[in-house]
Amino acid sequence: MVRWFVKGVGGAPWSWLVSCVVTLVCLGAAMALSGGRSKAYTAYSLAVHKTKAIPAFARKYNLPCSACHTAWPELNAFGQRFRDNGYQLMNDRDSPIWQNPSYIPVTFRMTPNLHRESATKQPVDAVPGDSTSGLVSKTVTQSGFDLSGMDLWTAGTLYKNISFVLLPSSDNTGAFHFEAAFVRFDNLFSNRWVNFKVGKFELDNLVSEKRFLFLSGNGGAYQSYHFLPGGDINDFGLGDNQIGAELSGHSDNSYTRYGIAVLSSTDGQVNLPTSQSYDAFFTLSHAVDAGSMGVERLGAYAYLGRRPTYFQTSGGVPIPGTGTGNKPFYRIGLAGDFFFGDFELLPFVMHASDNAFLATGTAANVALPPGAQDAKWNSGFVEAHYYVNPQFVVTARWETVRMSQQTDPAAPTDLGNVDAYSGGIRWYPIMFSRAGLSWHTEVSAVRTRGSAFAATDNVWTSSLFSGLDFDF
Amino acid sequence: MRLHARIVAFVSGLGVLLSAAGATTGSAQESHIGNLTGHAAAGKKLYRRYCVGCHGQDGDGAGENAAWIDPKPRDFTLGVFKCRSTPTGTLPTDEDLFDAMSRGFVTTNMPQWLPLTGQNRADLVAYIKTFSPKWKTTKAGTPITIPQEPALTIESVLHGRELYQKMECWKCHGSRGHGDGPSAATLTDNKDLAIRPYDFSSGSRFMCGVTNRDLYKIFMTGLDGTPMPSFADDIKPADGWDLVHFLRTLQPLETPEAGVWQAWLASHAKELKPIGPPGTGQ
Repeated sequence: MVRWFVKGVGGAPWSWLVSCVVTLVCLGAAMALSGGRSKAYTAYSLAVHKTKAIPAFARKYNLPCSACHTAWPELNAFGQRFRDNGYQLMNDRDSPIWQNPSYIPVTFRMTPNLHRESATKQPVDAVPGDSTSGLVSKTVTQSGFDLSGMDLWTAGTLYKNISFVLLPSSDNTGAFHFEAAFVRFDNLFSNRWVNFKVGKFELDNLVSEKRFLFLSGNGGAYQSYHFLPGGDINDFGLGDNQIGAELSGHSDNSYTRYGIAVLSSTDGQVNLPTSQSYDAFFTLSHAVDAGSMGVERLGAYAYLGRRPTYFQTSGGVPIPGTGTGNKPFYRIGLAGDFFFGDFELLPFVMHASDNAFLATGTAANVALPPGAQDAKWNSGFVEAHYYVNPQFVVTARWETVRMSQQTDPAAPTDLGNVDAYSGGIRWYPIMFSRAGLSWHTEVSAVRTRGSAFAATDNVWTSSLFSGLDFDF
Repeated sequence: MRLHARIVAFVSGLGVLLSAAGATTGSAQESHIGNLTGHAAAGKKLYRRYCVGCHGQDGDGAGENAAWIDPKPRDFTLGVFKCRSTPTGTLPTDEDLFDAMSRGFVTTNMPQWLPLTGQNRADLVAYIKTFSPKWKTTKAGTPITIPQEPALTIESVLHGRELYQKMECWKCHGSRGHGDGPSAATLTDNKDLAIRPYDFSSGSRFMCGVTNRDLYKIFMTGLDGTPMPSFADDIKPADGWDLVHFLRTLQPLETPEAGVWQAWLASHAKELKPIGPPGTGQ
């Protein structure tokens, strides 16, 4: 195992290994010094005596993280109902008038980390600095201590049955954007089946990428949610927050849910940069009570969209928002969330298609390359979580993308195919109503068919990640 | 051979004793709700996930959030519960605990745990029963008998109003049911903590349910651990329904009772005697 590890880390083996050990020792020392008769006592000491900050809803309702999350940030059935009710528990504590005027529902989340990224078969100058020396295939590796982006999340109720979310989010350089911002009118006509929200929000994906348990460079996104064939000019990602309006509803226990959304064709970008087209997203899911096994949910979804293929120009420069020659694409599939006691299984399948003009990057007012056809692919994943207890979860995921129709019929049928593997653990030494800390460790690897050198190459990218994911 | 028989008899006897002991313990370790059998061992894990923040590791209502919660979380070690179908002073049935957990308490921090599976909630009921020794020594009470609800009439509402005055409900709940009676500010629970009477103008849900039957049960069984007594000995079953019909008129809802009441009130308002201390003009 150790030999494998040392061999696997390749270019920077010892610095990585030493850094890992130092991190572990420091964390252990911090735990021990903070009180340390038992893990529970240690955690309590850290939370109560050293942490002053407070997660937003836990502070409002005085519930532990584990009440709403299987392991935060993933929601459980209770958390799903809370969210569906417009961040309300449906008691008289929901109204803002119950809150102390100084209460501000804000949560900060960030993850200082140590990580290593590696990619094989990368085009690299044969002589560093000499662009004329020709490109050679090399493995590129980076490693070191780093920061994640930061989420500054605020959400709650403006009034009984009027809720909001505002999520300024930064990358790890501190450059902010609005990841989510919406107002939601809940239980319209005193009917839980009629809720309406406007703004920027996550699509109602049964398997949420915003609330999942993977953080590494390769594992921290679902391939299925973002895959596009090479040369495709579509910018859509099922995991990207979109701007628009959504009508949604749910049963009393949220076992049955639906959502219908109309969205700007901008993939969530502000300032209407592309065209005046609209996309649509439909979801429907139903869960059943499986006794001691848990709540078993199965759902279907469909995203139908269009993207422009060329713009009006001024002096040859595209004029934002004037995109035209719209061409269609779609994503359809099924997703599930199945519990077997402490074991959770999340299967997901998708069939996707991008119009030939999008797939080849061809303006609709010119002819397609000879033989060009729609790009089509199938993808899916199976993700597993084992909850050892509410404060410790083991995760694993296998994912695949398979091209079923290349836009260029002459291209190898497997060009662009992806296989991805991820596994990790999350330990929550602090999981209280007023702060959360998770020690997150993950390894992930992605194999993509085709490199800059040969369509038959397998390019491997891999991540090793260990970080302190905190939320307060 | 005789020795062998004795050994067999001894082992059998021991088995019977152990079984009996197991059964005694098991009754407190299990819950029975309809077809569901809850198990405390499974409930313990769920309790840690969902309940420990308020009710505490030992079920004593001293969880990490208790300091910020009003009213305070239930102390399960006392074995005293507000919402029961059983007479005052008795333990609730497993169904009572199950229903309370599913329904939540509208005027407290206790949410509705409806999204949990029925089995999960049954397991939690079984675990909650391990906190108080009462569950090992005492059986749950027998649910009270609730007679069929009579037809709604204005006479029933008016009689209920008289009972509201006569039984001095107004002292705590106020003349209009707003929970602002003259005694309201002085009330404390069984842990000597301040407690507010129910405000009927706050909505559709009562402390222990939403239906007329739930409301009937509340004042016929009392809310143990609070100043709300049982009126089972003071109000006849038929009169109890009259009180229910009147209490419904205090809610800001378009109930049948409110309809009957408003229609009568439109032409008879001047005939009403005020509710409250004798001699006041409320």
